Order: sequence, then C-alpha cells, then structure tokens
Amino acid sequence: MDWEYAPAPESAAIGAIKDRYLPYIDGTFVEGGGDDLITYSPGTAEQLSTVSTVNGADVDRAVAAARRAYEKVWAPMSGAERGKYLFRIARGIAERARELAVVETLDNGKPIKETRDFDVPTAAQHFFYHAGWADKLQHLGLGADPRPLGVAGQVIPWNFPLLMAAWKIAPALAAGNTVVIKPAETTPLSILVLAEVIADADLPPGVVNIVPGAGDVGSTLVNHPGLDKVAFTGSTPVGRSIQQSLAGTGRKLTLELGGKGANIVFADAALDQAVEGIVNGIFFNAGQVCCAGSRLLVQESIAEELLAKLRARVETLRVGDPMDKNTDVGAINSARQLERITTLTQAGRDEGAEVWSASCPLPDRGWFFPPTLITAASSSMRVSREEIFGPVLTVLTFRTPDEALAKANNTPYGLSAGVWTEKGSRAMGMAAGLRAGVVWDNTFNRFDPAASFGGYGESGFGREGGPSGMAAYLDTDDEPVLPSSRSGRKGRR
Amino acid sequence: MTSTVPLPAHLEDAVRSETSLRRFLEGLPGVDPVGVEQRAAALATRSIKKTAKLAAIDLAISMVDLTTLEGADTGGKVRNLCRKAMLPDPEFPEVPRTAAVCVYPDLAATAVEMVRGSGVKVAAVATAFPSGRSSVEVKLADTRMAVQAGADEIDMVIDRGAYLAGRYGVVFDQIQQVKATCGDARLKVILETGELATYDNVRRASWLALLAGGDFIKTSTGKVAPAATLPVTHVMLQAVRDWRDQTGQQRAVKPAGGIKTTKDAIRYLVAVHEVAGPEWLDPYWFRFGASSVLNDLLMQRRTQLSGHYSGPDYVTMD
Repeated sequence: MDWEYAPAPESAAIGAIKDRYLPYIDGTFVEGGGDDLITYSPGTAEQLSTVSTVNGADVDRAVAAARRAYEKVWAPMSGAERGKYLFRIARGIAERARELAVVETLDNGKPIKETRDFDVPTAAQHFFYHAGWADKLQHLGLGADPRPLGVAGQVIPWNFPLLMAAWKIAPALAAGNTVVIKPAETTPLSILVLAEVIADADLPPGVVNIVPGAGDVGSTLVNHPGLDKVAFTGSTPVGRSIQQSLAGTGRKLTLELGGKGANIVFADAALDQAVEGIVNGIFFNAGQVCCAGSRLLVQESIAEELLAKLRARVETLRVGDPMDKNTDVGAINSARQLERITTLTQAGRDEGAEVWSASCPLPDRGWFFPPTLITAASSSMRVSREEIFGPVLTVLTFRTPDEALAKANNTPYGLSAGVWTEKGSRAMGMAAGLRAGVVWDNTFNRFDPAASFGGYGESGFGREGGPSGMAAYLDTDDEPVLPSSRSGRKGRR
Repeated sequence: MTSTVPLPAHLEDAVRSETSLRRFLEGLPGVDPVGVEQRAAALATRSIKKTAKLAAIDLAISMVDLTTLEGADTGGKVRNLCRKAMLPDPEFPEVPRTAAVCVYPDLAATAVEMVRGSGVKVAAVATAFPSGRSSVEVKLADTRMAVQAGADEIDMVIDRGAYLAGRYGVVFDQIQQVKATCGDARLKVILETGELATYDNVRRASWLALLAGGDFIKTSTGKVAPAATLPVTHVMLQAVRDWRDQTGQQRAVKPAGGIKTTKDAIRYLVAVHEVAGPEWLDPYWFRFGASSVLNDLLMQRRTQLSGHYSGPDYVTMD
C-alpha cells in the first residue's frame, strides 16, 4: 500500500520569534553599537529576525562586567551557591524546551526531531551535570584547591548553537569563571533565549555576557587583553589564527576544530545496526557535525552487501521541512555552506569518484542538499581529505585491520572514529591505535556530559565534558595529562 | 507458493545437513541490541496524523487476526468473535473486516462455518500450542485436525527447548513436517521470542523458519512475557526483507501479544513501512495477533471522523 505521512509541522508560534533581539551585557539586554544582522530560516531561506550586534566598545564593557562579576561575586561565592544557579538554568531550559527547540530549528535549519530529542535536552543535561561539580572541585583530582581562571572569552559555531553554548558556559561557571560568549552570526537566536532563562534564574549581572556579531567581533573578543581564557569551537583555519595571536600572552586556550571521522566496518559487524550507525554518523544534522563519520571504511568482503543495504536505507530518509516532525534530514545552515558542499561534491565527480544521491525530492525553497554517497573514491581525492561538513559520505574499502588503521589515521584531523565489529578484542585494539579523541564502539554520535570530548592534531586540543572538561577552566598545579603514548599510538602530530 | 521456487545455491547448501544448517545460522550477522533498540525507539517518534492516521487505522483493522485462545472458550464466544471480525463496527459498515479469526483447533470448524464467504480467514493454533511440548506425532495430528476442520492458516509453535539446546535440525524438520501437513493452509511459525531471549536468536530462528518453508514468522503465543516488542519485530522485518533480497520470495510477519492501542499499532506499521518496505503494508503480508487493539482502533477511527472521543461503551465488547 502506498502510505504517505501527512504533514506534521510543529507550530512556529511556539518559538515566539521576536522582530529584534539584543545583546546581553552585565545582566541587561542592551542595544549594541554594531550594525544589525539579519538571520534567515534555512528551511525557507526567508528572513527570520534581526539582531543588534556589538562593537569593540561593547566587547570592552562586556569584558569589564565579567571581570567585576568575577572578582566581586562569582569567584568568592561558595561552590554550593554557584551550583544552585546552574541547576536553576538547567530547569529553565527544560521548562522552555519546546520553545527552544522551535527557535533552534527555525534559526539553524536542523529537524525539529533533533532539536526536540537531542539539542535541547542535552543542553539541559550539561547544566545539570556541571552544577554537580560546582561544590566538588577539590574532588576532580586536580589538587586540593583548584582555582578558577577568571574571565573566559568563548566563540561557538552554528551547527549546535544552544548545545555549544551549554558546553561552554556550564563548565566555566561551575569552576567559578565568568564568560563573554559570541554566537555564530547565522544562529544567534537560541542563545539569546537562553539569556532570558539566565536572567530569569537571577544569575548575578556580568557572570554571562552574550555578544552577537560576525567574525570581526569574534576576533576582537578572543584578542581582548582582559581575558584569562579563550575557548573556540569552529573551523581549523580560524582556530589556527587564534592560536597564533594568543601565542605568548599566557592566556589559556582550548580549540575544538574540524574533523574527518572514519567509521570502520568489519566483515563481522552487526550489519543492520552498522548501517544505522553510518546513517546517523553522516546524516545527523545533515553532516554539519565536526565529529561526523564522513569517511566510511568498509572491509572489502562485505562492501557490496553493505553498500546495497546503505543505499536502500538512505532512500528511506525523509529530507525536507525542518519543522515537520517526520523530517530526518533538514536544511543546510546557509547558502554559503550549501555552496561549499556543492563545490566539494562536484570536485569528487571531477576527480573520477562515483557520486550517488538519494532520489528524494528536495523542497523548492530553502537550502537543501540530498544525502549523498561517494564511492570509488581514493584517499588522495579532496572529498576524502577535506571536511565537507554536509550530508556527503566518502566510501573507501580495506582488507586488514592494519590497513583500516592506517587509512583512518591518514588525516591531519583526529576528532572522532567509529569501529563496528562483534569481536571485542578487535574493537579494543583498534581504539588503542586510532588517533582520535573519541572512538565509538558499535555506535556513533553519542554524547554524554560525563564523557570528555575533543581532538588531536588539526582537530584541536583540550577537552569538554567530564572531569577533563572541568580542568580546562581551572588553574591547577599540573596540567591534565591527555591520553597519549600508549601502544599503537604514534603520539601527537 | 514457497516450496515450488528453488532456493539460491547458498541457501540450498545451508539446509543440506545439520552441520551446514548450524554453520549458516550461526554465521548470520549479529544484531547489536543497543543499535536496534535505538532505531526502534527513533522510528516510534514518527508523527502520523490526519489522512495518514485514518489510512493506518483502516489498514491495521484489516490486518488483525482477532484472537481468542482461552481454556474457557466456547462455541458461542467464537461465533461472536466471528461476527465482530466480519463487521467490526455495525454503525460504520464501511470499516474493513479483520484479516482472520484465530482460535484453538477444536473450535476451528465453528469459526469456518460462521465466516464462510465473508473473506475473513480462520487461523487455528496447533502443534501443542502454546508450549509445543509433545511428540511430533501429536503435533502433526493437531495440525491435521485443524486443517480438516477447514482452517485457512495454521499457527504452529517451534520447539524452543530444542532450539535453545542448539538442535536446529530438530526444529527445522518439525516445521517442514507441519508445513507438509498444512496442504493449502498458510503456515505461521511462532518463534516465542520471549523465550529466545536474544536478538541474535530471533534472527537465527527467523531464518530457520523461512528456510523450512514457513509462510509467516510470528513473534509470540501471547502466553509468555514479553510478547511482541518493536525491536524484535524490527529484527524479523529485516529478516523477511533480506530473504526477499536473496530469494525473490516475499514472506509475511505477525507480531502477537502486547499490542493494545492504536498508537502501538501505528508504530508497528511505521516499522513495516520503513524497515521491510511498503510492499508489506498488506494484510496478506503483515498481521497483528491481538484482540483488544481492535476496539481501540474502532474508537480512534470514530474520533478521527467526528473530532471528539466516544467511549468504550460505543463499541462492542467482543
């Protein structure tokens, strides 16, 4: 029987999108001195709202407010009290979960299913988790009395706007720091709704300051002499330039950058679940995920069978209106990103790879790209090396575990990897040899605030989440030791 | 329809001996429990509304094997069940009839007489249902009795004791013998997944039943908890899909037990649609072994049409 799912759109009214949003500095929403920016809804390519942006003077005021709050209120406050505020913010996110999900989907373009079931609940979890650390800093294993760093400047990307805000703000505050944070210019709305949650939690003025703007604001912020710590999540080129400009300043830095994650499927894997894991690894958030499993490495003996199953599965993905509750793959965040994905995919075609896309119809408005597999690819092609940051999977084959390891590690990046095998010893052996901050065993793209996340090489350094994520915001006698020099590892590149 | 077409060589090899059967079944890809449960939970969030919901409700009604399998069953109860199957909602005669009624073999003749000419099939459980603990002779006699009473479909149980002991050949032979005894009746092979315990076992038992010629693979008797679950049904839907990909033959699936609400039924239909494929959205290829779900489907159907909820007193009790 031909059974069409009727449209099931979530109501946009729940997002209560305002005409204009303001920066949040020193506990109040204020007009910024910069030009307004217009934010678009990627699902329709229509204007969604306008946001007042900040200028250099505003950044100065925000940093000064953060410094005052740090010295007068936040650092002297007991950990238990700080924890109460964080719990309150966590509950505030949970209470406004549906609204936040709609705002995020409208502004970012990812499906409502993802914002509702992943982004928003996980953001709340991060506040809950870190609230628990606030009064237990001496139990982190970082010495008897770890101290906050001071004022943190944070810059976050557009792929998980609210969740990245939570990843950055929650540990910083739990450790006793204050923050000035800049959202991405294409996705400033959800963090400004979070600002309302923060204001409603009566967080002392200046503890969290939100400064919307484009890259120039980010540059002004991370180079500001009033900061003690800089945390950046975004592209590798920007991360590199931040590291250059901060060299010698003594300011602490963590970078979470790009990736080209390998998803390695052995012949003895649970095939149907491996297919699900591959789909989840590359089509979750339309592949706009730094830890996406964008390189499939499949053992040659099952390549044909696995790819047949994968293509059949990809054909069932529902691509379209991000607000529809049944949409699996939503919109690409911006016209610029869509162009990059299109260009790189074309480069794959030009270099002789086979490009296959799902036959699903795409909406006639908005920014969309069909789920795509690139087979007959070689390791030297651009599509195998460069981060595409879109719903495009490059497929390579291997014959032996050593070959899989060599191919997986043959990238300047090192953020994530997946291993699919029913043989536990092989999974452990691969995990020890993979140069990646996160290795998923028989799953992919699973996140937990208690598990640390971060990368190797050009994927950055420093960890977020778990005790090592807390360490990134604390002044300790010893730097935390990152896992390295175990057998099979070649050390940092 | 299953035995006439030759199997591909690798499957013919699989059933050549007990050893090759074991090697084949234990060589099937494993099922990762975390992964299959995650996928089942994710698909269960599909939002089925308006016309899609109404279509799903009618489809689900047409797929029900309306069941009574109680020691206390009587001819009167079975006749009432048959009336309900033929005309589920007397106020709305356009409501489709259910696919079948499912009864114990001694009541099959009563049911056959009631539903004659209506298109509703009669399914009879057999083979020492629900435990299957008897001799092959008794199981075959049980089957013969149901077939002679005119049953269109036979719901057999596998020997779980033999299966769990790794005696796959015993299970295989019994299914084949029952199938041979069925004549034209379609054979549903109940795996009793609640006793098989692991998804790996569900996959292997599914393939075992398909190799032995079962027309349906069915989850449960309804007498063991847990009965049907979504992830178990996912594994079985994947099995019939793989079977078709490898043999060109389509086979049917029947989850039974534990499906009580319209919401449950629609979640199963979504799984059928997206895991096996739209070709299985047909009462010939998918059934619900259930009883109480029918009334909930009827109530939800009225709600879809009228816009407000009626109550349980507006649908008949049996």
